[in-house]
Amino acid sequence: MTWETVIGLETHVELATKTKIFCSCTTAFGGDPNTHCCPVCTGMPGTLPVLNKKVLEFAVKAGLALNCEITRYTKFDRKNYFYPDLPKAYQISQLYLPICRDGRVDIGGGKTVRIHELHMEEDAGKLVHDPWIDQTRADYNRCGVPLIEIVTEPDFRTADEVIAYLEKLKETLTYLGVSDCKMQEGSLRCDVNLSVRPAGSGELGTRTEMKNLSSFKAIARAIDYEANRQIELIQEGKRVVQETRRWDENKDATYAMRSKENAQDYRYFPEPDIPPVELSQDYLDALRAAQPELAPAKRARWQADWGLPEYDCQMLTSDPTLARFFEDTVALGAPPKQAANWIMGQVLAALSARAMEPKAMPLTPPTLARLIALVEGGALNRNTAVKVFEAVFDADGDVDAYVRDHGLEQVNDDALVEQAVERVLCANPKSVEDYRSGKDKAFGFLVGQVMRELKGKADPRAVNRLLRDRLA
Amino acid sequence: MVPMGIKDNICTQGIKTSCASKILGDFRPPYEATASALLTEAGAVSIGKTNMDEFAMGSTTETSFYGPVKNPWDLSRAPGGSSGGSAAAVAARSCWYAVGSDTGGSIRQPASYCGVTGVKPTYGTVSRYGLIAYASSLDQIGPLARDAADCAAILDVLQGKDPRDGTSLDGQYGHLLEGLTGDVRGLKIGVPTDCFGDGLNGEVRRAVLAVADVLKSRGAEVVELSFPVMEYVVPAYYIIAAAEASSNLSRFDGVKYGWRAEGYDGLADLYNKTRTEGFGMEVKRRILLGTFVLSSGYYDAYYRKALQVKAVIKEAFDRAFETCDLLLTPVAPATAPRLGESLSDPLQMYLSDVYTVSVNLAGLPGLSMPCGSDSRGLPIGAQLIGPHFGEGRLLNAAHAFQSDTDWHKRAPKGGEEL
Repeated sequence: MTWETVIGLETHVELATKTKIFCSCTTAFGGDPNTHCCPVCTGMPGTLPVLNKKVLEFAVKAGLALNCEITRYTKFDRKNYFYPDLPKAYQISQLYLPICRDGRVDIGGGKTVRIHELHMEEDAGKLVHDPWIDQTRADYNRCGVPLIEIVTEPDFRTADEVIAYLEKLKETLTYLGVSDCKMQEGSLRCDVNLSVRPAGSGELGTRTEMKNLSSFKAIARAIDYEANRQIELIQEGKRVVQETRRWDENKDATYAMRSKENAQDYRYFPEPDIPPVELSQDYLDALRAAQPELAPAKRARWQADWGLPEYDCQMLTSDPTLARFFEDTVALGAPPKQAANWIMGQVLAALSARAMEPKAMPLTPPTLARLIALVEGGALNRNTAVKVFEAVFDADGDVDAYVRDHGLEQVNDDALVEQAVERVLCANPKSVEDYRSGKDKAFGFLVGQVMRELKGKADPRAVNRLLRDRLA
Repeated sequence: MVPMGIKDNICTQGIKTSCASKILGDFRPPYEATASALLTEAGAVSIGKTNMDEFAMGSTTETSFYGPVKNPWDLSRAPGGSSGGSAAAVAARSCWYAVGSDTGGSIRQPASYCGVTGVKPTYGTVSRYGLIAYASSLDQIGPLARDAADCAAILDVLQGKDPRDGTSLDGQYGHLLEGLTGDVRGLKIGVPTDCFGDGLNGEVRRAVLAVADVLKSRGAEVVELSFPVMEYVVPAYYIIAAAEASSNLSRFDGVKYGWRAEGYDGLADLYNKTRTEGFGMEVKRRILLGTFVLSSGYYDAYYRKALQVKAVIKEAFDRAFETCDLLLTPVAPATAPRLGESLSDPLQMYLSDVYTVSVNLAGLPGLSMPCGSDSRGLPIGAQLIGPHFGEGRLLNAAHAFQSDTDWHKRAPKGGEEL
């Protein structure tokens, strides 16, 4: 029998607001335990949550970009459960009137995934077990960090589709600036709901929910593992149990955490401490108008307007900061293809050599644009320009000053080049002979010698031309 | 420098705030409630925290882990609750005024039993920041004092929008104290007949209705009207309040602060032992009730239904205020009970909240003032209820009554000297 896998995702995304969802504590990652908290986010008695307006704005922006309907009258609810990482013993979330509903995401290949809902909630803290002293300690730094949870319909059939969706989601949210979507820091976390059924069946099988998936690779492997596990169970005549399972990265397998029978009753009810939020048409219109251009639109525009190759477009839009850097450089007069080459070549190499993120790059578009202009105008040759690039990258140095101080201007005086050619030919009679007897390699050697004679500052095209003339 | 008492569910920085519970132990909040900060800034001096029913759950101040409060008018009787300590302290002239909190009558009812004036303001007009929550959608801080004028002066300081409480509102009353003219000419006082039927003590009925006569003599108009929702108010209140309480009190688990049980084995046992030993009977009863009504399968039958009833009660008030400016009702069916009398029958205790809880469900302002005494010399209180933000009207009517009567000036034996 052929089997079909049916998958739905619940993705938690940490929002990139400076402060927490209900207090003014920082959301910065890390920090010594319990240094990023206050009486409000640690749920001390008598304290009250006050909604951070930026969280609402980011959630709406995400919802608009995912083609959701925005709920104009939205409310928070309490999800009650006891656990030491949750100091109030309830999580403020949204159940009854989530901020966004009914969206859709085009994941390529003609496939669209429907978004069931997107809601706002607060993150919990972290428990650290110290096996040495057999004690568990609570770190509440992450308590109250704002999250959006994005729930899809069960529209995926393969792991590839799931990864394509997550890539798209990550691209969209980073372009909006609402999240940095770093899985390694937990700012993007994904639970996978999966069931299998005979191909062609219209009914859904019993599903399991998988947690602890910490990378796209883990997600893909867990999906394959779990689909096979369920198919084998059914083929052996057994039943799939509705339960939550934990992915074990080291063992490459999922393990049962808790069954539906043991599922918690969260006793959701409306959060009385936060008044309902009403969104005006003006508010939504303003946010809609302020939505930034997303990656697909940029790629299409660059291809159409500048004839930039598809590959370049993909590379340059792989990170929103890089894309903005590219556009700014072009806006300063750099020819798009030249700017693209510099960024995909030198800039990415320099970043990777320094294990640096584009966001942290010291080099600014005016500096790169100036460098490109000097090359284009013939004042610098490309090889020298690369050296200048390396020299100015870390401190965003002054390109013109560096070129001047190091005497790197290209030699554009044909007479000077001719003199150098003369000297090289006299000094290398053997190579001249080799060239004349048909050894092309000798020509390259002579070009190199002339360049060296001129300390690399000559325009290689001029050297080629004059050398060939002289040898003719 | 005015001496005041602060109910022990209002956080005072560095000063023990116990909610009269064992589980908070010697919890000293590292922050100050907005209400007490405002009063301190205005010149009040706290002479202490006042005893209360544990987590404000009770109508007699007998559920306190630290022992009951006695009524200064008769030491064998309860002062009412849950702000019984605040009411008794004002009645005994131990302080000039006190702040309490009112979730279903917890300011008005003890004010009534102790012969002082107390106000439960419009929901949201006094910041709840620093008030340890019982039922967040109903809780409100308010004053207990000797008369309406003092209450007005205190509310002038207390009320207003607080950036730390998202549900807080600015009542925009102007100056309440300056608004006390005593002029009630043309004011329409509604007397809901449904509040004066069976179950109301005869002495209380006569004293409360006499308030209408006094106001009438000053030019007010008195109209009878029906308020046909009285049988639903207590069940709706106890479902909503218990539901919210079950969630609000979940944080007291022995992990972070307060009291922790000893000799536990693992996390679940830590929770179990701490909460079993740390909470009193009445608190546990309400947590269980609240947990039940929110449980999957029961939510619709209880909690959702209670919210619907709450909406119906609001509408009933809206209709009433179409024809009158204020409502006059009793505060409690009888005067202060003997200590120990109510604890044996919690259901009877719940039912005695019938006149006060609807005001919280509708978020309205309510005032309790002394209007007589029974044959044993115990104070009787009358309740005035106003529309949203109707504090000015409410206080002025009470001030008018107190200008012509001296019930509010009476003090229990031993209280006169201060």
